[in-house]
Amino acid sequence: MSLKAFHVVFVTVALLFCTGFGVWSIRSYLRFGDGVWLVLGAASLACVPVLVWYFRWFLRKLKRVGYL
Amino acid sequence: MSATAEVIPHTVEPHPVTGVYNGKFGMWLFLASEIMLFGALFSSYVLLRVGSAEWPHGYSVLNVPLATVNTMVLITSSVTVVMAWYCLQLNDFGKARLYLLATIGLALVFMVIKYIEYSSKFEHHHYPRTNLFYGLYFTLTGLHGLHVLGGILVFLYFVGPGAGMWKTDPHRYTNRVECAGLYWHFVDLVWIFLFPSIYLL
Repeated sequence: MSLKAFHVVFVTVALLFCTGFGVWSIRSYLRFGDGVWLVLGAASLACVPVLVWYFRWFLRKLKRVGYL
Repeated sequence: MSATAEVIPHTVEPHPVTGVYNGKFGMWLFLASEIMLFGALFSSYVLLRVGSAEWPHGYSVLNVPLATVNTMVLITSSVTVVMAWYCLQLNDFGKARLYLLATIGLALVFMVIKYIEYSSKFEHHHYPRTNLFYGLYFTLTGLHGLHVLGGILVFLYFVGPGAGMWKTDPHRYTNRVECAGLYWHFVDLVWIFLFPSIYLL
């Protein structure tokens, strides 16, 4: 598995993490009312579209690089 | 074929049996052993936690905002290391070096934040011996921190004394950076699992 393939796995995990952590933080904000959770949740969820854009850009840019 | 290539075969071209060059194969074997190491520690954490009558929620005793910043820092450092490798494939050593320096910088930021976090814990007299939670917290994050430190040293070698290989054997240098990148991705991946397990649950 090349670094490109491992990076694809990594970005996928990072995407899942950002989504999960964002939802968890927003729920914590609704539960405890602490503004820090809202900021963390919003920041984490904001990273999701950035990572999706980066993922597409990365796959386009490294089209010629193999996965092995 | 150079003298080095005769002594250590398949440093650049793929081995006919594995389909990859030896360095990459070796790195994956090493990462397999690392998975076993961290896997054993994670298993210990889960077993000790479910077996304990009382266990604090990570978010109530640890600094989640700082750890979140650290997570973002590590995710970004994985991007910079893969970009360094890609720039080397395009024969752009100057840009690759900048990306490697950015990776080192981000890793140092991670370590500084970890230092702040640890200092705060010690100020409040929270040590590994305090309780099971802190014992596992310091063991897992400390071992991970040592891996980050190891990565910093390797990347410093690539931008410092090891950079000379780019002139003599660029393909092999690129492969070395790829192997270090695989290691770095693993270290970052461990943190992505470590963070929710310890800080959030």
